[in-house]
Amino acid sequence: MPNLAHPAYPSAELLHLESLVPCRESQVSMLLSIFGERQHFSFPSIFIYGHTSSGKTYVMQTLLTTLQLPHVFVNCVEHFTSRLLLEEILIQLQSCSSGTEQTSPVHCDTLNDFVRLFKQTLASQELQDQTVYIVLDRAEQLREMEANILPAFLRLQELTDRNVTVILLSEIVWELFRPSIGCFEPFTMYFPDYSIGHLQKILSQNHPPEYSADFYAAYINILLGVFYMVCRDLKELRHLAALNFSKYCEPVVRGEANERDTRKLWKNIEPHLKKAMQTVYLREISSSQWERLQRDGGEPGQLKGLSAHTHMELPYYSKFLLIAAYLASYNPVRTDKRFFLKHHGKIRKTNFMKKHEKTSNHLLGPKPFPLDRLLAILYSIVDNRVAPTANIFSQVLMNLVLMYCLPHLLEMESRQPQMQTFTL
Amino acid sequence: RHSHLLELLKRTTVHGESNSALIIGPRGSGKTALLNHVLEDLREMNQVRENLLEVHLNGKNPFLSGLLQTNDKVALKEITRQLQLENVVGDKVFGSFAENLAFLLEALRRGNRTSSCPVLFVLDEFDLFVHHKNQSLLYNLFDISQSAQTPVTVIGLTCRQDILELLEKRVKSRFSHRQIYLMNSFDFKEYIKIFKKQLSLPAEFPDEAFAQKWNNNVQHLSEDKTVRDVLQKLFQHTKDLRSLHLLLMLAVSAVTTHHPLPTAADLQEASRQHSSDSRANIVHGLSVLEICLIIAMKHLNEVYDGEPFNFQMVYNGESNARASQTLHRSLPSNYPFSLPPTVTEFQKFIQRKAHSMYNFEKPVVMKAFEHLLQLELVKPLERPSARAQREYLLMKLLLDSSQIMEALQVYPNCPTDVKQWAASSLSWL
Repeated sequence: MPNLAHPAYPSAELLHLESLVPCRESQVSMLLSIFGERQHFSFPSIFIYGHTSSGKTYVMQTLLTTLQLPHVFVNCVEHFTSRLLLEEILIQLQSCSSGTEQTSPVHCDTLNDFVRLFKQTLASQELQDQTVYIVLDRAEQLREMEANILPAFLRLQELTDRNVTVILLSEIVWELFRPSIGCFEPFTMYFPDYSIGHLQKILSQNHPPEYSADFYAAYINILLGVFYMVCRDLKELRHLAALNFSKYCEPVVRGEANERDTRKLWKNIEPHLKKAMQTVYLREISSSQWERLQRDGGEPGQLKGLSAHTHMELPYYSKFLLIAAYLASYNPVRTDKRFFLKHHGKIRKTNFMKKHEKTSNHLLGPKPFPLDRLLAILYSIVDNRVAPTANIFSQVLMNLVLMYCLPHLLEMESRQPQMQTFTL
Repeated sequence: RHSHLLELLKRTTVHGESNSALIIGPRGSGKTALLNHVLEDLREMNQVRENLLEVHLNGKNPFLSGLLQTNDKVALKEITRQLQLENVVGDKVFGSFAENLAFLLEALRRGNRTSSCPVLFVLDEFDLFVHHKNQSLLYNLFDISQSAQTPVTVIGLTCRQDILELLEKRVKSRFSHRQIYLMNSFDFKEYIKIFKKQLSLPAEFPDEAFAQKWNNNVQHLSEDKTVRDVLQKLFQHTKDLRSLHLLLMLAVSAVTTHHPLPTAADLQEASRQHSSDSRANIVHGLSVLEICLIIAMKHLNEVYDGEPFNFQMVYNGESNARASQTLHRSLPSNYPFSLPPTVTEFQKFIQRKAHSMYNFEKPVVMKAFEHLLQLELVKPLERPSARAQREYLLMKLLLDSSQIMEALQVYPNCPTDVKQWAASSLSWL
C-alpha cells in the first residue's frame, strides 16, 4: 500500500495516521488530495457512502483529529431536529480553534440566523482562512428534517461565502437523497466494503497478548469461515470474536491440545459457533448470559432464547380460543358457512377463486377479524354448550389481552392472530 | 442576455424606473453567475456607485434565498437588516406587512436628500418564496415596483419553468412578465473550448514559465483522443457546467509536486470515480446470504411482473421443490403480493443444494433481510403499522435485474451455484 504523502502535512503525522487506519489507505489519500492544503478551498460538499461499519466515521474522525484540521462533528440521529443540529454546530465551532471549552449558550432557530451566527463565530476564531469541515454523520436523517436543511448544507460554502466544506456520511446511496427539484450535487465517494483478507487483518489486530498472533489468526479464520456467509459487518464480527475466544482457548488451557492442534480446536469450537449464530448473533440472549453459559460449561442445548419459550399450558377455553383465532385469521369469511354449519349448501367456485387458489394464505399472513366472528367460531368448535357467562367473557378478555400483548411468546407454528381494535 | 439585464438595471438606478424580471434556467446554467457579473459591471459605473442600494436575499453576500428565508417575517427582518435600518424600525409594531415595507422605503427616502434611493431586490430560489403564506412578500414587492414611488427592481432567480403558474393572480398581474431564459445550448465543440478555458491558468499567474507549460499541456489534453472520449461521455450525460467543474477539480486534485501536470490518465480516473454506479457498489458489499435473498426477489419480480412481495414468500421460495407449478404460473398484474414468495424461492434454492452451509434458520435470514431494509435496497410499500407483522409487510425491490446481474459479475468469491441460480430463469419449468 502506498505511503500517504502530502506536502502540506508533516510526514510523521501521516505515518501515525496510516497506522491507525489499516486497509483504508487509498481512501485517506484521496481525501487528503481533495482537501489540499489548509487554506485551499475544497468541494463545497462531499457525500461519503458505504456499508455499515466500513469505517466511514472512524476514518473521518481519525483523519481530522490527527492532522488537527478545524472541524465540527455532529451526529444527525442525536440531534434530530434542525434547531438541535444548528445549535450544536455553532457550539462546537466556538471551541474549535481555541481548544478550550468556553462555550456560551447559543440560540439559533432558523437557517437564516445560522448563517449569520456562523459568519460571526468564524470571524472571531483565529483560523486564518483554514478550511472548516462540518461532518454530519448518519446524514439520512437530514431528509426527515425540514425540507430546506439538506439543500442549504450542500450549498453552505456559497451561502456563507467562507471556506467551509460539509461532509455527509451515510449508508444510503445519493440517489435516494436528492430532492425532487434538484440541488447542488456533492462529490460522492464510496468507501468499499472490506474483503475477507482485510477483515482478517483488522480482526487479528486485537489479539490478546497472552497468545501468539498466529494462534489468534487461525481462530479468526475459523470464525470467518462460519460467519462470513451471513454477515460482513465488522462490528458484529468483532463482538463475536471477543465473546467466543475463551471457549476456543479452553482445550489449550486445560492442556488437552497445544496451540497447533487445529483439528481438535476446530472440533471443539464448531458446534459452539453454530449455536452462537442462533442466539448471540440474533441478540436473543445477551452477551453476559452467553459468557456465563460458557463458564458453567452448560451444553448448548440448554440455551433458551427469547423465542424458545414456546410451551405454555393454557386453560381449557383459552386453547379453544387460540384455535378459533387461528381459524378466523386464515380462513376467508365465505368458507365459515361451509365449515361450521351443519347444513350448508354447495359452494360454487367463482372465477375469482379459481384464479387465486394456489396462493396459500399462509404466505399472505394473518388477516384481521372482528370479535363476534371469533366468538362464533369458538361456540361452534367447543363440544359442549358454552354458556355466555361472565366467566367465559372474563377468560376471553384476559386471554385476549394476554395473547395480544405477548404474541412473541406464543409463537406456535408461527401464526399470530390479529384482532381489530374493539372498544369495551 | 447580459446586456439586456445590464440595461434593465441601469434604467432603474440612473433613470429611476421600476422594474421586475425573472431569470429562469435549469440548475447550473449560470443564473447566479450572470447576475453577479452584471452587478459588478454596474458597480463599476461611477454614477451608480453611490446611489444603488442592494438587498440580496440569500446567503451570498447576501442574496435573499428561499432556502434561508423560509417565511415572510424572516424575510422582512433580513431586509431590514440589510438595509441597515434596524435603528429606525426599533420597536414599532406594524399592522400589516405592506405597512412595514412602505415604512422601510420611506425611511430610505428621507435618509437620502430629495430623491429617493433605488433599491435592488434579488431573490434567489424564487420558487420557494412562492410557497409562503399568501405570497405577501412577493405581492408587496411587485406592488411597489409598479406604483412608482421608489425606484425598485426585483430580480428573481429560479430553476422551475412553470414558475408563472405558481404565482397568484394578483401577484402575477403586478409582475412585468419580463423573463430571461438561460439554457445550456452549446454543442460539443464549444464544450471543449470551455474545458480548455476552465483549465488554463490566467495571465496574471505569478510563475510565468510554469503557466506557459501548464497551458501547453492543457492544449495537448484537449486534443487527446481519450480525453475527448471522457468529455463526450460527460457531455452526453449532462451539459451542466457544474459536473464538468467537479470532474476537473477531481483530476486537478491529483496534482502534486511530483506530478505537476494533469494527464489524460488523471482525467480518466476522475471520470471513472465520478460515474461509478452507487447501487452496484452497495451490492458488492453484501454477504452471500443477502445476495441470495436479492436473487430470490429478482426471480419473483420476473415471474410475477414486478409485484410487491413480503419476507415469507422469499423464504418459502427457496425450499419448495423445483418443479413447482405455482411459481410458473403468471398471475394477473393487479394482484398485490406479500413477501412469502421470496422466502419460498430461497428455500427452493436451498433444497437444490446439498451444502449444509446454506442451511440457515429463518431468524438469521430475517436479520439479513432487515439489513437490506436498512440499506434501503428494499422498501416497504407503506409505513409499518402496529397491525401488520414485519414478515408479512409488502415490499418492493429497488434494484433492476440488469443491475443485479452486473453486480454479480464483479462480486468477489461468488459461489458458482449462486451465480448459476441467478442466471437461470424459470421459463423452462
